[in-house]
Amino acid sequence: MSVIPTDIPLQASARPWSRLAGAALLALVLGFALLAPLVFPADPLRQSLRHILAAPDAASPLGYDHLGRSLTARLAAALRLSLAIAAAAVASAALLGVAAGVLAAWRGGWVDRAVSLIADAFLALPGLLLVLIVSAIVPVTPMAFWIGLTLVLWIEYFRLTRATVSRLMAAPAIEASRLLGFGPLYVFRRHLWPELAPVLLTLGAFGAATAIMMIAALGFVSVGMRPPTPELGLMMVELLPYYREAPMALLVPVLATFLTLLGLNLVAGGRRT
Amino acid sequence: MHPVLRAILYRAAQALLVALLVGVLTFLMMQSLPGDMAFRIAAGRYGYDAVNAQAAEAVRLELGLDRPALEAFGAWFLDLMRLDFGTSVISGAPVMDEIRHQLGASLQLALAALALSLLIGPPLGILAGLRAGGWLDRALLVVSTALRSVPQFLMGLILIVLVSIQLGWLPAAGYGRAEHFILPALTLALGLAAVSARIARDAMAAVAASPHYAFGRWKGLSEWQLLRRHGLRNIGVAMVTYLGLQFAMLVEGVVVIESIFGWPGIGHALVHAIFGRDVPMVQGTALLLGLGFVALNAMIDLTARWIDPRNPDSRRQG
Repeated sequence: MSVIPTDIPLQASARPWSRLAGAALLALVLGFALLAPLVFPADPLRQSLRHILAAPDAASPLGYDHLGRSLTARLAAALRLSLAIAAAAVASAALLGVAAGVLAAWRGGWVDRAVSLIADAFLALPGLLLVLIVSAIVPVTPMAFWIGLTLVLWIEYFRLTRATVSRLMAAPAIEASRLLGFGPLYVFRRHLWPELAPVLLTLGAFGAATAIMMIAALGFVSVGMRPPTPELGLMMVELLPYYREAPMALLVPVLATFLTLLGLNLVAGGRRT
Repeated sequence: MHPVLRAILYRAAQALLVALLVGVLTFLMMQSLPGDMAFRIAAGRYGYDAVNAQAAEAVRLELGLDRPALEAFGAWFLDLMRLDFGTSVISGAPVMDEIRHQLGASLQLALAALALSLLIGPPLGILAGLRAGGWLDRALLVVSTALRSVPQFLMGLILIVLVSIQLGWLPAAGYGRAEHFILPALTLALGLAAVSARIARDAMAAVAASPHYAFGRWKGLSEWQLLRRHGLRNIGVAMVTYLGLQFAMLVEGVVVIESIFGWPGIGHALVHAIFGRDVPMVQGTALLLGLGFVALNAMIDLTARWIDPRNPDSRRQG
């Protein structure tokens, strides 16, 4: 989307330290999500009247919610759910988007125009709306999120891949490879993939951030995951009425969401275009 | 073909495909509803007590509900193309009337948020871009990175807790008076401004580093004259092109923010329609939002061409 021809670096924020900090944050979040059940074993659904909004103790260092459930276990489960859906959606969106992008740029002509038009039609529908409609079609909520988010996220992969590949296809190296009789698979692995891979990582981090935001936002307005499933947005809306009694309990999912998204945004570096 | 004509034709094809996509998705939604459709429609007509298998069968024959799926979809799509959305399953009012009513409230909120974000974002971005690498530039980078990591619903939650509950300055929810605008509009505007400030900053830094800008300074223009004559128009294209993306962000924000602040707009209605499986309402709303996006982008194409008539095909997006 470079509008003005320029020779100064536009991605001034892609500094290595910020990427490192983002990776460290993500490792922290992921480590907590995976290790918490081992260190503090507790059922995230188990209620206990004696622990209603109780302060942190040795069994649950993050305290307890309004039904006496362990916030440590619930937060870890919520993070695992969000991260798993986000990872699955990003992976399938990348596969679909890159395949469609290579196809469109390689074949050109009417194939290119048709696929581009389909992508533009998907682009016109707000992502949240697409996820909402799919969630009304597919009965299993995590699966609905996965399909809906894939339909939202593939467009960016497609646009980027198409732009990159159509630029590269004109390069002499690829022409030489094809004249030498190498197949499409070889050309993709040898010439296209090395150019695509670093940008795909950035897109993946942004895509995961989008996915986690949408899951939490829909949970927050009660059209996402259903209670009693531990989910970041749901946890916030459940704990909001008890804000005066237990502000720290509300802060738990809020901070976890912020740190996860901050980590992803820092890893992505650069700016979103 | 004339490039402007080609751009318009492309947008028309895009609009048609958006309608088809919405048609397919809402048709699938209709098909996946549990229960017998004929029975439900009959219950809607005659009341739940008066309906029996015979009445349901009559409805099935009359409306052709036993047709194969492809034929049913053809009829469904034809209705959609005639903009005949039918009536809301929940309220019983025609979908068009409901949407017209809600759209006004949503547009008010969206325009207030957009205006607020334009007051905050681009001026800060331009100041930062004029001194790329300066303290304002670095501070703005940190703030906008942090803001982008706060989802809009979370920003709404934070503002409600801080401003309404703790300080008691503004109502947490409601509609009708001026003070009801402030919190939801500010929530949306902060998210938009975080990004538009970055766009303005990058565009401004690029222009400020360009030779023609240096030449303008060299021939004795003041900084203000320089910005007005050589800066703003060049940033304008980037900002206007970006408005399309802002619209998409705004629509997504509106869906969630309206539900949180109890704003009687299209997003609030959409969440309710999904919750109640009100297919006609979902269809009307989705089509309106999709076609609105296409129309807006068509306008942006033309506006960008008008601001900067050089190579018109280099910046088509969306």
